[in-house]
Amino acid sequence: MTRRRIGRGLVYLLAIMIALWILIPIYLITITAFSPKDVIYSWPKSLFPRVISLETLLFFIKAQYVLDSLKNSVIVALLSLAISLVIGAPAGYGLARHTFPGKDVFRLMILSTRAFPIVILSIPLAVTFMQWGLYDSLISVAFLHVAMALPTTILVTSSVFMGVSKELEEAAQVFGCNRMQAFMRVALPLALPGLAASAIFTFVLSWNEVFAATILTLYNRTLPARLFIQLQASPLPFRFAGGFFILIPAITFMFFIRRYLFSLWGITLR
Amino acid sequence: MNLKRFNWEPYLLLLPSTLYLILFFAWPMFQAFKLAFQTDDGHLTLAYMQRMFNDVMFAKALRNTIMLIIAIVPIQFILALIMALLMMERLRGSDILVYIYSIPLAISDLAAGIIWFSIFTERGYLNSLLYGLGLLEKPFLFLNYQTNWPFVAIVLAEVWRATSIVFVILVAGLQSIPRDYTEAAQVFGANWFQRVWRVTLPLLRPSIQTALILRTILAVQVFAVVVAIAGRGMTVLAAEAYRWYSEYRSPHMAAAYAMFILVISLATAFVYLRALRVKEEMTL
Repeated sequence: MTRRRIGRGLVYLLAIMIALWILIPIYLITITAFSPKDVIYSWPKSLFPRVISLETLLFFIKAQYVLDSLKNSVIVALLSLAISLVIGAPAGYGLARHTFPGKDVFRLMILSTRAFPIVILSIPLAVTFMQWGLYDSLISVAFLHVAMALPTTILVTSSVFMGVSKELEEAAQVFGCNRMQAFMRVALPLALPGLAASAIFTFVLSWNEVFAATILTLYNRTLPARLFIQLQASPLPFRFAGGFFILIPAITFMFFIRRYLFSLWGITLR
Repeated sequence: MNLKRFNWEPYLLLLPSTLYLILFFAWPMFQAFKLAFQTDDGHLTLAYMQRMFNDVMFAKALRNTIMLIIAIVPIQFILALIMALLMMERLRGSDILVYIYSIPLAISDLAAGIIWFSIFTERGYLNSLLYGLGLLEKPFLFLNYQTNWPFVAIVLAEVWRATSIVFVILVAGLQSIPRDYTEAAQVFGANWFQRVWRVTLPLLRPSIQTALILRTILAVQVFAVVVAIAGRGMTVLAAEAYRWYSEYRSPHMAAAYAMFILVISLATAFVYLRALRVKEEMTL
């Protein structure tokens, strides 16, 4: 019995150590971002800050282009979210409600898109967007982010709609709704939390994306793209505050979609 | 299903995404191929490929990318497996643990690079800690590109950031395995290690396959972490593609790199699919 309890204790210890391994770097960048500049340049650093200050974060926000690129990031992420839901959710609904020839081919096609790297999409699209006159526009970045997020959106919305019973919609139709009304009044409200989770997933993906955003823009940079191109030339407080700044919204959103973690990221080939 | 009246509804619902993926996925893929193998006036050529293979930076980038994959993916797999098995132990507070273990899913590669840069930089936290423990007199220059330390920092940053995706895929897979199997093995006297090795892992094969394919493909295009930590001191394939496009203004060369990255990605996917073949009778 005692051997079992010791074993149990070790299991907990291991679980907590892994949690700390993930949390400590986040803690470190947080205390860095809230340190005044002279502390950031000082050495040795304390692991427990004595002074908390907004100096570094304000320095970052007030730096040239930062607010503009922040705005750009939000616009691109919202555009990506909207486009991928409008295009992806119907496909998800179709997959959830119907059995039809070609369904498996479509599913396989969707899944296999995950095997293709972003790098290979960005470069030809940059050339194409230049021909179309879309280069350096926010919508062009959003188009690419949607291409990356759409497969997940389709698979997740499909599993969300599968969780909404078909009978409810049929009942609504019996009571006089047409096909569209039954969907809008019954299936959609029930699916809303799942759809929101999928939207947040797209938002986070777009908010974090660096490579395509950097390749596709010149002046209208998103925040990660702006931070990336200025990285080597910028002072340490700028880098650390920037890293913290892109980190925090992403972590916050994760908290809201934690229930959907496994349906969002855990999709396997079967 | 009514076979007399053909049901158009699913096809209409799928049409927008199909068109979108053709326009923004298949078409650029085709364009990348053309950029890499065709000159501006339309002649087929291998000149860009040859120039890429002969470039001094190509060999370094390829070597670094492969070394990173070899160092990162196995550590991530083992760590993620441990994390996933811990979740099966029905620990108290496992909801919080799942959330903490999944946080890195939302962390961008650039942010992860910056965070680990803040740890490994000259006046960073690692040096401060070592000094505090009395192991160092003055800061050690970890990110000196003549040492292997930038490589170590990049491996740690990637393990820190991207183990979660493997973890989530493995947990999803573990949840789909009925408990009966391991319980039956326990009845027959199998210890914990035997149950994991003989029962759980074989049944988990499809998830392992997906996780490894996805993770390796993402590792082939590793980019922002490397630049944030090592700057110009170390190059990888994606960074070369970026430089050819943004700095040397050659979409053709950038596309050649992109094609090369694609080929490696597909090759690794193929290798994993063969090596971890899922036999029919093994699926649940």
